[in-house]
Amino acid sequence: MNKGLVVGLVLVLVAVGSVVFHFLSPWWWTPLASNWGYIDDMIIITFWITGVVFVAIILFMAYCVFRYSHKEGRRAAYEPENKKMEWWLTGLTTVGVVGMLAPGVLVWGQFITVPEEASVIEVVGQQWQWSFRYPGKDGVLGTSDPQNISFENPFGLNPNDPNGQDDILIEGDDLHLPLDRPVKVLLRSKDVLHDFYVPQFRAKMDMVPGMVTYFWFTPTRVGTFEILCAELCGVGHYAMRGYVVVEEESAYQEWLQEQPTFAQLSGEARNGTGDVLNPVLSEAAADSAERGSVQ
Amino acid sequence: MAFFVPTEAEHVAPAEVADVELYHPKSWWTRYIFCQDAKVIAIQYAITAGAIGLVALVLSWLMRLQLGFPDSFSFIDPGDYLQFITMHGMIMVIYLLTALFLGGFGNYLIPLMVGARDMVFPYVNMLSYWVYLLAVLVLVASFFVPGGPTGAGWTLYPPQAILSGTPGAEWGIILMLVSLALFIVGFTMGGLNYVVTVLQARTRGMTLLRMPLTVWGIFVATILALLAFPALFVGAVMMLLDRILETSFFMPAIVEMGEQLNYAGGNPLLFQHLFWFFGHPEVYIVALPGFGIVSDLISTHARRNIFGYRMMVWAIVAIGALSFLVWAHHMYVSGMNPWFGFFFATTTLVIAVPTAIKVYNWVLTLWRGDIHLTLPMLFAIAFIVTFVNGGITGLFLGNPVVDVPLSDTMFVVAHFHMVMGVAPILVIFGAIYHWYPLVTGRMLNETLGKFHFWVTFLGAYLIYFPMHYLGFLGVPRRYFEMGETDFIPQSAQTLNEFITVVALIVGFAQLVFLFNLVWSAYKGRVSGRNPWRATTLEWQTPDFPPRHGNWGPTQPVVYRWAYDYSVPGADQDFLPQNLAPDQVTADNRHKDLPDGAVQPAE
Ligand code: HEM
Ligand SMILES: [Cu+2]
Ligand SMILES: [Cu+2]
Repeated sequence: MNKGLVVGLVLVLVAVGSVVFHFLSPWWWTPLASNWGYIDDMIIITFWITGVVFVAIILFMAYCVFRYSHKEGRRAAYEPENKKMEWWLTGLTTVGVVGMLAPGVLVWGQFITVPEEASVIEVVGQQWQWSFRYPGKDGVLGTSDPQNISFENPFGLNPNDPNGQDDILIEGDDLHLPLDRPVKVLLRSKDVLHDFYVPQFRAKMDMVPGMVTYFWFTPTRVGTFEILCAELCGVGHYAMRGYVVVEEESAYQEWLQEQPTFAQLSGEARNGTGDVLNPVLSEAAADSAERGSVQ
Repeated sequence: MAFFVPTEAEHVAPAEVADVELYHPKSWWTRYIFCQDAKVIAIQYAITAGAIGLVALVLSWLMRLQLGFPDSFSFIDPGDYLQFITMHGMIMVIYLLTALFLGGFGNYLIPLMVGARDMVFPYVNMLSYWVYLLAVLVLVASFFVPGGPTGAGWTLYPPQAILSGTPGAEWGIILMLVSLALFIVGFTMGGLNYVVTVLQARTRGMTLLRMPLTVWGIFVATILALLAFPALFVGAVMMLLDRILETSFFMPAIVEMGEQLNYAGGNPLLFQHLFWFFGHPEVYIVALPGFGIVSDLISTHARRNIFGYRMMVWAIVAIGALSFLVWAHHMYVSGMNPWFGFFFATTTLVIAVPTAIKVYNWVLTLWRGDIHLTLPMLFAIAFIVTFVNGGITGLFLGNPVVDVPLSDTMFVVAHFHMVMGVAPILVIFGAIYHWYPLVTGRMLNETLGKFHFWVTFLGAYLIYFPMHYLGFLGVPRRYFEMGETDFIPQSAQTLNEFITVVALIVGFAQLVFLFNLVWSAYKGRVSGRNPWRATTLEWQTPDFPPRHGNWGPTQPVVYRWAYDYSVPGADQDFLPQNLAPDQVTADNRHKDLPDGAVQPAE
């Protein structure tokens, strides 16, 4: 059989197969639960532009392989350059690239511009668990410093900062967020890099010890969503999980009332009655500690 | 400066006669082991890179077994898994691909293709290999130290890389950093050689714009490497100091497992900038030689001049230059100042333009060609498919907003495997099928080759194309297992099993290839000189396969570019670069010369 035909057909199959797979694939993004529909739109735009180019190139190559594969007496054309064609292709490519870049930077502009009315919360990462802090009644997070971190003060809050006294601290429990209210998430890490990632929100950001990083989003769907760590942080990385509960304002307020403040917790700790603060090592950490791979 | 005026008697002999003879190796040791012939050094590089590459291949099987069948392999624990990915990734990128493209193909092809007798500093060139070997041995040693090799990921991000929550934080990371530093030292010796050889040792008539694109690709990649590796070197040294002397270059105040550590004031992002200032050009260090080689494979086997040669050269140069301006696209979600996103998004998407031009020109070279579907050509076509695919997903990740959900997921793993794993490896295979006869005088077995090609190409595509969709779903990379995760359907695990099975089959095909390499060296069909009827100089040496010194008594003279295929009016469909203008038609040519071995006019 004609080799050119076979190879050409395989190439067609690769191009068509990829497109068919794309549309039939059961694996696709999770239903959106935040305002970042723009991000999904950007992915769709990029898919269309690049997909057309991909299919066009592969099919054209398939055609060439089929049409120009060697047979007795064939001789290739001799054409070192074709300036006109090269400039056309360069121009078209530039148009495609601008088509992706322009909307891309517009959305990026939004992504990094936090709305005025956003409320602030803090997520703290450590090997291998999440904890959360709310600003409390005064709406301001108290200052913190790694040097203050201790068994009694796991967030490292500054004990003399009045803003921190009413901060609400959540350890070993879920993060709760009110529906439809923009939130600025401040990210901090005690030890190594981590990354706060909830696939349904689309947004994510690394947490870096020694720095405070941030991103913002608005939860748009009630539900419980799993938090994954998306930056390698050691043996327990894959097991560093948590949950975000998005709920109606009223349910959220009710929940918030019941949570302890920094002042209460440090009072308890002083009186020796608190047991909330014992950091729970995740399963994986415990596992590998047993095996001795963690010193 | 001492002045030395030779008397008549002391006068040095004319160069053409003596210089070759003078340094011909005299013993078995200096011929095969401590050899200064770039061709032998190339083979040494290639064999070492291949051997350590096999380790990386076996590690990939172990990782795939774990991902495909998470509960079945109790001997792999989470720490092991991290060690596997780290060693696999680092070996593949640095010790296999970089070493093979530059140390292997660079050494073999540069002197031959530019008509030089050897690299300009043969002794340093030899040292380069031995230092590389030492780097590999140090790397291998880390498998055997207490705690095992580092599991910090090939990116080696601190603080995690040197803290106890990561496997190998005690010895593994130290050996890794030392090995990298050694690699860079060794590479620098070789790299300076390649650059100076291209600039200074080209034969008469070999202008820069007559050089084959293979040489252009390797030449520019080497320049990138010489400029990029120092950033990694500095980063490695600083991290070593942090690890051993407890300096705080990359280490802020840290509370590890409830304990205050002795660090303060450093910045982890500084390392990330150093790493990616090296890491992004590294992608092109691997890609540009591939670009060059594939251009020559396509042109030769389609019997057609490369389309838009000058554009191709400028594209290589432009990509090389731009590749130093895009590094932070790996850091959109690292926590760096997000305003950088605008700059790096723009530079990253701009680089797509010269890259796309290269792709168009490859395809346009096939167009109206006389395509011989030989093994090198098949691999070249497969390269285009996978490279275009991987390049396109790069446009996703280059756009910061799209990168936000996809970074650190399986989408990234699929992307970089397609573009800098599969694509360059396919070129390497094509190149080996192409140049094997030059090295051994024999052809690789065609049937085994076909099997190897189809399984590798289609297999690799089946592994990595669907993997992107796991990334869309939100499966993170570097995960030992997903466990029970709400949003991951059961079918994702089925896909993982499928990928693992295909990966094992593809792995098996590589063993067939290895067998072919060894078997054909003894039993392969004798190729005859210039079996592909190529124009470039490496096929026009007086001895076949070429010997030490390459050119016998006189170096070739070059009359034309490397792409005179199917020139109208010429009666052969190729004109070797050293074919004199007055010999282009049969009437003028020496009748007694074997086909393809046309000598320049005396
Ligand atoms: C059939 C061949 C290959 C298979 C089956 C394979 C498989 C894998 C797997 C399973 C991972 C870990 C994914 C994760 O959990 O994050 C990985 C990581 C990686 N691979 Fe490959 N791989 C192959 C070839 C290559 C090649 C040729 C390269 C050369 C560029 C390469 C470079 C890397 C790198 C850089 C990483 C990342 C390591 C890290 O996350 O630190 N691989 N590979
Ligand atoms: Cu993590
Ligand atoms: Cu990059």
